[in-house]
Amino acid sequence: MNLRSAFVYSEKFQDYKFREDHPFNQKRVELTYDLLLKSGALSEEQIIKPRMATESEIKAVHHSQYVEVVKRASELQLSDSETEEYGIGTEDTPIFHNMHEAASTLVGGTLTAVESVINGEVDHAVNLGGGLHHGFARKASGFCIYNDAAIAINYIREHTNYKVLYVDTDAHHGDGVQWIFYDDPNVCTLSIHETGRYLFPGTGNVNERGRSEGYGFSFNVPLDAFTEDESFLEVYKSALKEVCEYFQPDIIVTQNGADAHVYDPLTHLCSTMKIYEEIPKLANEMAHIYCEDRWIALGGGGYDIWRVVPRAWAQIWNIASDQKLKSGPLPQEWINNWKDQSPVELPTHWHDEPGIYKDIPRKNEITEKNKLTLNKALQFITNQQKYT
Amino acid sequence: MLVEEIMNKDVVTLKPDHSIKEALELLNEHHIKHIPIVNDQYSVVGIISDRDIRDAAPSTLEKQKNQAILDHNIESIMTSPVITVHPLDFIEEIASIFYEHEIACVPVTKDNRLVGVVTEKDLLYTLIQLTGIHEQSSQIEVKVPNKAGMLPAITKIFGERKINISSVFIYPFKDDHSQKIIVLRIQTMNPMPLIDELKDKGYEVLWPNIPGLSQ
Repeated sequence: MNLRSAFVYSEKFQDYKFREDHPFNQKRVELTYDLLLKSGALSEEQIIKPRMATESEIKAVHHSQYVEVVKRASELQLSDSETEEYGIGTEDTPIFHNMHEAASTLVGGTLTAVESVINGEVDHAVNLGGGLHHGFARKASGFCIYNDAAIAINYIREHTNYKVLYVDTDAHHGDGVQWIFYDDPNVCTLSIHETGRYLFPGTGNVNERGRSEGYGFSFNVPLDAFTEDESFLEVYKSALKEVCEYFQPDIIVTQNGADAHVYDPLTHLCSTMKIYEEIPKLANEMAHIYCEDRWIALGGGGYDIWRVVPRAWAQIWNIASDQKLKSGPLPQEWINNWKDQSPVELPTHWHDEPGIYKDIPRKNEITEKNKLTLNKALQFITNQQKYT
Repeated sequence: MLVEEIMNKDVVTLKPDHSIKEALELLNEHHIKHIPIVNDQYSVVGIISDRDIRDAAPSTLEKQKNQAILDHNIESIMTSPVITVHPLDFIEEIASIFYEHEIACVPVTKDNRLVGVVTEKDLLYTLIQLTGIHEQSSQIEVKVPNKAGMLPAITKIFGERKINISSVFIYPFKDDHSQKIIVLRIQTMNPMPLIDELKDKGYEVLWPNIPGLSQ
């Protein structure tokens, strides 16, 4: 059992709950936790409890006025019309009692993960309760109140001199984190997502490369709708390797939204479990080569909470703790534990069977288009190589 | 939207007796492609584009020769008379002017004095803003019969769900005059319940669609 990895977990993550039928459901963290326990991949000594983020830590990234509004909404002292300009009280991010505390716990979880890595207690830390990448400095959005990833990156920059690479493989563009560090050359963001032509938030074009000092430190690869495993992985592997080689990070923070899967109800990508095996594998490898292993893995989106997220996120921990992916059947105990609650039939194996979706008619075109997009996204790096 | 809302008021200008060389320097310094030429009353008497100058300037392959050409007055190469617009014109009118005359910049004049310019780039930027893409949003497309009352019927559903609309476009469905497409950018990450409701109420949602699910 490797004790150089930490798993941040608490039942308190469940308090971040908008409504019964809201797609963002932290039950998926519990399902993942239970899957890891039942498969013998997680032991007591590896678990650390999240602390709560302090107000000043949150205000280091978010505007003070916004935090005050969240706090008052949290006590149910404000109506929707008073909070709407701050993006709360909307259909996506409704007001709920103690939302400030619940959101601060998710941020605290990510800070706990970061602290354990930068203090040298562990090499890898995983906080699946975090990864809320849409939060803006003065606005909640896309189910995200406070942007834990951005607060954590800011914390790393304040406490160390590490150059931070943020890698976002959520199907939605990692806009909040990107804009917060858009002019910072010491924080490089790489987001691979479904094109924003139809999908929220609409941004994440290849030409979003950063601003002033930070120009050339923001990378975006928008993939075509219906992109499958092979093309996704071709893009992910080339992009991550090239960006690491170029940026030479000292620490990597990954956002592991699990909503690019074909089963996900909110997006139109067509990947399977295959990508969720390869994503953490390469992140781990890059952290080993460039960052003396320093790697913090966060959760993110993921709206098929029964069939997709638990397996996808458990594999992150399997890699982070043991460097080994799990394969074969899922523990029967886990299936028995949850099958009555699940509205869909639970998966039986770690991998997906071939043929879970119909053939995509424009596969070759999509693959070609993604390749062109990748080249455009990396053009800044390739051009520099040409002239040195 | 009016021209005065999008025009650039800080205009770089020259007089007819300035040299081509000065014009070239200004274009490079300000990263612009057009310079209105004004007289002492600040009336527009001509305009020059980077292409006019390129046509007049010596080839890059004969740098040393013919440099004297650059000392000519702008007046000798400027386009005149100039197509101008008024601050209260609509931006759609500028789009037609650009299209029809194959130009990319118009000076804006009021009482015969230059007050601004609008370029093709300004216009494109505004059109992009009008699509609502600068706000975090999802896009959905609904096909409806081409008759009165369809837009309010649809948007009422959005309003009831407290979903704010960033922009709306309506255009005919291909060559079929009996149908229209309404394109909306809406401020939600989860359009699914809304799409379900639209479908339940009999509207045809063209996008987003999901492979494997019936439309």
